[in-house]
Amino acid sequence: MGFIRILIELSLICMNPPRMSCLLAVWLAVVLSGIQAVDRSNFKTCIQSSFCKRMRDVVPGHSPYRALLETLELSNTRLTLQLINDNNKVRLLLELYRLQGNMTRLKINELKPLRPRFEVPDVLIADPPTEPLSLVSQDEGGVVLSLGADARHLVVSARPFRLDIVEGPHVLLSVNSRGLLAFEHQRPRKDTSSENDSEEVEAEEDAEDQNYEKEEDQADMWEETFKSHTDSKPNGPTAISMDFSLPGVEHVYGIPEHAENLRLKTTDGHDPYRLYNLDVFQYELYNPMALYGSVPVLLSHSTQRTMGIFWLNAAETWVDISSKAAENTDSVQAPSKVAQTDVRWISESGIIDVFIMLGPKPTDVFAQYASLTGTQSFPPLFALGYHQCRWNYKDQEDVRSVDQGFDDHDIPYDFIWLDIEHADGKRYFTWDPAHFSQPREMLQGLVDKRRKMVAIVDPHIKVDSGYRVHKEIRSKNLYVKNKDGGDYEGWCWPGTSGYPDFTNPEMRSWWASMFAYDQYEGSMENLYIWNDMNEPSVFNGPEVTMHKDALHGSWEHRDIHNLYGLYVQMATADGLIQRSGGVERPFVLARAFFAGSQRYGAVWTGDNAAEWSHLKISIPMCLSLGLVGISFCGADVGGFFKSPSSELLVRWYQTGAYQPFFRAHAHLDTPRREPWLFGPENTALIREAVRQRYALLPYWYLLFYKAHGTGQPVMRPLWVEYPEDVTTFTIDDEYLLGRDLLVHPVTDEGSKEVTVYLPGTGGVWYDAFTFQRHEGGQNLYVPVTMSSIPVFQRGGSIIPRKNRIRRSSSCMEKDPYTLYVALSPQGTAEGELYIDDGHTFNYEQKKQFVHRRFIFADSTLSSSNISPDSQFSTASWVERVLILGAHKPSSVTLKTSGGSVASLEFDFDEATSVLTVHKPGVNAGADWTLLFQW
Amino acid sequence: MQHNVNWLQALLVLSLSVTLGWTVEVQRPRGVPLTKRQFYDEAKPFTCLDGSRTIPFDRVNDDYCDCKDGSDEPGTAACPNGSFHCTNAGYRPTFIPSSRINDGICDCCDGTDEYNSGASCQNTCKELGRKEREALQKLAEITKEGFLLKQQLIEEAKKGQQEKQSRLSELQDSRKGHEDKVEALRTVKETAEQPEKEAKERHLKAWEEHKAALRLEKEKAKMAEVFLELDDNADGFVDVSELQTHQELDPDGDGTLTDTEAQGLLGGAHKVDSTEFMNMWSNMKEKYVSEVCPPTPSSDLDKDPDSVYPEDDLDEDAAGEDDEDDDDDDDRDDDDDKVISPLQVLEKLSVCERERWCLLCNAALLPFSFRALEKEISFDFGPSSEFAYLYSQCYELTTNEYIYRLCPFNRVSQKPKYGGSETSLGSWGSWSGPEDNKYSVMKYEHGMGCWQGPNRSTTVKLTCGKETAVVSTSEPSRCEYLMEFTTPAVCLEPPNIDTQVHDEF
Repeated sequence: MGFIRILIELSLICMNPPRMSCLLAVWLAVVLSGIQAVDRSNFKTCIQSSFCKRMRDVVPGHSPYRALLETLELSNTRLTLQLINDNNKVRLLLELYRLQGNMTRLKINELKPLRPRFEVPDVLIADPPTEPLSLVSQDEGGVVLSLGADARHLVVSARPFRLDIVEGPHVLLSVNSRGLLAFEHQRPRKDTSSENDSEEVEAEEDAEDQNYEKEEDQADMWEETFKSHTDSKPNGPTAISMDFSLPGVEHVYGIPEHAENLRLKTTDGHDPYRLYNLDVFQYELYNPMALYGSVPVLLSHSTQRTMGIFWLNAAETWVDISSKAAENTDSVQAPSKVAQTDVRWISESGIIDVFIMLGPKPTDVFAQYASLTGTQSFPPLFALGYHQCRWNYKDQEDVRSVDQGFDDHDIPYDFIWLDIEHADGKRYFTWDPAHFSQPREMLQGLVDKRRKMVAIVDPHIKVDSGYRVHKEIRSKNLYVKNKDGGDYEGWCWPGTSGYPDFTNPEMRSWWASMFAYDQYEGSMENLYIWNDMNEPSVFNGPEVTMHKDALHGSWEHRDIHNLYGLYVQMATADGLIQRSGGVERPFVLARAFFAGSQRYGAVWTGDNAAEWSHLKISIPMCLSLGLVGISFCGADVGGFFKSPSSELLVRWYQTGAYQPFFRAHAHLDTPRREPWLFGPENTALIREAVRQRYALLPYWYLLFYKAHGTGQPVMRPLWVEYPEDVTTFTIDDEYLLGRDLLVHPVTDEGSKEVTVYLPGTGGVWYDAFTFQRHEGGQNLYVPVTMSSIPVFQRGGSIIPRKNRIRRSSSCMEKDPYTLYVALSPQGTAEGELYIDDGHTFNYEQKKQFVHRRFIFADSTLSSSNISPDSQFSTASWVERVLILGAHKPSSVTLKTSGGSVASLEFDFDEATSVLTVHKPGVNAGADWTLLFQW
Repeated sequence: MQHNVNWLQALLVLSLSVTLGWTVEVQRPRGVPLTKRQFYDEAKPFTCLDGSRTIPFDRVNDDYCDCKDGSDEPGTAACPNGSFHCTNAGYRPTFIPSSRINDGICDCCDGTDEYNSGASCQNTCKELGRKEREALQKLAEITKEGFLLKQQLIEEAKKGQQEKQSRLSELQDSRKGHEDKVEALRTVKETAEQPEKEAKERHLKAWEEHKAALRLEKEKAKMAEVFLELDDNADGFVDVSELQTHQELDPDGDGTLTDTEAQGLLGGAHKVDSTEFMNMWSNMKEKYVSEVCPPTPSSDLDKDPDSVYPEDDLDEDAAGEDDEDDDDDDDRDDDDDKVISPLQVLEKLSVCERERWCLLCNAALLPFSFRALEKEISFDFGPSSEFAYLYSQCYELTTNEYIYRLCPFNRVSQKPKYGGSETSLGSWGSWSGPEDNKYSVMKYEHGMGCWQGPNRSTTVKLTCGKETAVVSTSEPSRCEYLMEFTTPAVCLEPPNIDTQVHDEF
């Protein structure tokens, strides 16, 4: 929910006396009438963020940094080396690590910082295991280190300082090749420092008097003001910056969250992409402004190689991207021009800590990044169903009647959501006594339908001495502090609010304990949690967030800002695990996120709008998140602000049904839009879209299981699976789910056709509904009607579906599977099936699951066990097998593991070449074989 | 047998199926209704009910869908489009989608849909049947009594109407005088249009005098109008609480018109009648904001003489008020038909304009009861005027936060329970029930506007009841309110259900 609500709240508060409300109403009308989209003036541009301006003003080509090779120390695990800035003689310490899995880590900090600089904790899942670096050669110009196989070397050049990662004759990546490394060392405050400043500083001043003074003179270094907010900046300038060059690279991706195309644009002449978690009211599309979450990971891709740069820094960060045709640095060949992409990272504080993931394949980069920050949490199966949300379902009766509406219209759903109005005066963990007086009764009503609920619990806490949550946090002294040491207070939904210091483990642990059933009164097992506003959103703060000089223990908010949201979701997810005694998997949705947030639940693209452009951009926004580990992504179906036309709503359901997190949501001030409110035809269209989602839940569940295991994204850009097909590199109006389903949602008003690019020359694709076969490697013109959702299954794949659609995913647990075997041109296919109890950690802790591989080859379809040491008994069975692209067989015989042999009935449809084998009837966890006689 | 079955089925449907304990369980495949029993003959192969296919009978209910119409799996969830028949002995038989068979949720009150899911369903049919019969019986009683009350209402309305008609014609007689006045005005105006300077001066002087008189009379008329407006409960008195609906009258400007302040405005009295009110009016006229029409600026008559002639004034007002009154054709004929009688003019105008015109044409001489009566008579009070009794009444419902107030044919409002100003949820719009039941729903529109949203509006659903009361309010969609209102006026003549219900016991 956006910031603007505060104005309304204000007017309500001021209703009495009425005269004042009149005044306010007039003022509101003036203030609000012109607002169509984001008020850009509320948010900083690079020039308005002083460090960004300073860093961006650094001129390429004249790096003052020099490596002091005589300081080089090489141990088993790392290399250290001092760098000196020849302008001010300040020394930095460089650390280099060769990490397992083809990664290099590079850290730079001040050699002798006045005070420690912030290093981001809790994002890496462990200290990344290292491999020995060995010295290959050294001279006065630099050193060459071996990075293991493939003649991969790390070249350190001394003057100016520069790093190159090379493989054979090819430079893969260079650091500081443009000389944009900058590291604002800490210095004593002039106005407060005594005569006896440290010797070091004096020495520096002597050494390079002029330059030093020049640096000191820059504006806004010790205090800066944006709009009415002043940042006291007690530590002065602390910014860092570094450039990376990627020869041969034309396509870069990632660094979400931006309302932007999948492929990032160059930022020359514009603002850089900004990473600073912000609650942006009615965000604009296709621009580099910061949004709710940040993942400082950039991927580069070419036909040759995929790589990643992970800039581990939680402060405000800006990323510049430029491209050029560079001299071919390949010394062996004749000089020629090659494309090159240059990337510059700028952060306000902290240290330089960079992980260079060397790929070379997209899957390798995903695995590398997953080894650093972990993989997508494995959600409970029902969280992959459909979610019905609205700000706000008003009372228990409303919840009951919406729930009944789904049954009356035969539309499945798993979760109904309660937004902020459900709590007593926005005191989270409580229930409004008038409208939600019997929460357990309400939740039990949903249990009876095998459905669940999500309630919102935001991280701002109403300052109210009668509110237990506030009292306890205050008495435990766990609130974020303002610069003067008092509890930081800001405005949010409840009015004056405190902000728990989630960076403190004690705070997180107490927060987690609040989700115990005896602490969170009225909660039950089927109540899950939504953390909104965790940027954190502070309505009256600078850029609608917290003051940078607020304090989290000894660290400034400046240092940890982008990490706050991750901690909130982490503590909440822990709470849900703990309340079940460690048995149940949690489900927590959050709006703000950071690198590593994938471990704690789902995210969504925040407060979008009911516009076609917002539907369209939901695809690249979620694709970008998937590339950096966050697979469980969705956009508000229907659009949050404004009211969708029925056509837009239907198209959004059709799109959302094929995106990982599938939730409809709507603003308080919009008309109701439950799926049956748009006439029987539209109800039927929405019903069909939701039913397709439920039929494919087995496939979604498998994809999440694999994402959890390997870090591979669920929703993938085409280039991930077709890395050498240049055509795919800029496609972001269609995507793959796993490897095997290609989806091209209809996202244009009044569409009569879409053009679908089917990748993979020599391969085939089958329409997922008509089973019509199409060649790969072509643009396919597909006529569409309102009921069309262009989805294609890859020839060579086997996808299990459950075709008995019921009220909720839980109701379908024991239902049988239908296997969709889509034959490759070679007549083969392969697929997997994963089954467990759907909601506990028993799959992990007790190996209780079924994981099968289906292989169709040599006229035989077989089911075999991928994980022989797992054990789980399922009631599900195989109801039907469809072979797409088949011939008519003379017989189909089933052989079971018990040795029994039976002939099966089948149908063959000549028109579509679909062979349907009736009722194998075998248990889904069993070994079996189908033999086809042609 | 066949005959028997049909009869039985009929009984099931019609009689709300009483115990039926004596019914023989008719053998048929699970999920098949008795009416379709004949299609499921286990001695024969089964033909899908759409005729598309014939299969061996052992494939009926074998948990695999063979028929496109789902008819081979009436008792399993195998077919996506199938349906399952619950006998629900003791209650109403029903069909459920086959996807609800064995899904762990009890759908049929006899529990027959969950035969293999592990769910343990109680048979609640008898209880449901009993409750339904009780509810129906209660409803029947209400309908019966309500309908009797309705007859009385219709009678009263008839009488009331006759009275009003006769009063109206009395008033119409006395209206002659007003017409003369208007004619005089017209003469003044026409004379004033003479171009000769002398004449103009003379007439101007006359006009000045007349203007003063007009101003006085206008003041009176205004007062009368205000009195009507303020007298929400139409009891002939304006009391403190009625005055408090006009917070703008607050004398000390602190934004709240307290009881004491209101009483002060009423000259210390708790309530005043129209004569007394006239004396108090001068205390409030400066601040008073009309509920119905925006006030004519008090400087109207002091403006440039050229623009103060009645004709000009009328035109000006009519043009300026299109946005308030939906009558688009108001001013269509104003100019091309100058010789129509003033009353004809009046009839052509919207309510607001009519009031304005009346001010100008010496409306103070028209007893305000005439306008009120005319207004009342103009409402559609139902085919037999059975809703007439609701006119000038108000009904309240207090919820946790708000007091809702419905004044039928007038307005709906909401007021915070613990202080705060009143919000209009709409003014009378129209009857808007479905075509065959137009008088079942009232629509109130153009209430206070919502941020980024529509103006508030309220739908009032009328149901039969002995009492006249607002029984519930809700806001199903932002700023669209729904009120449930019971009244005998919508009670239909009860069918002879009385005997039917009792016969079954």
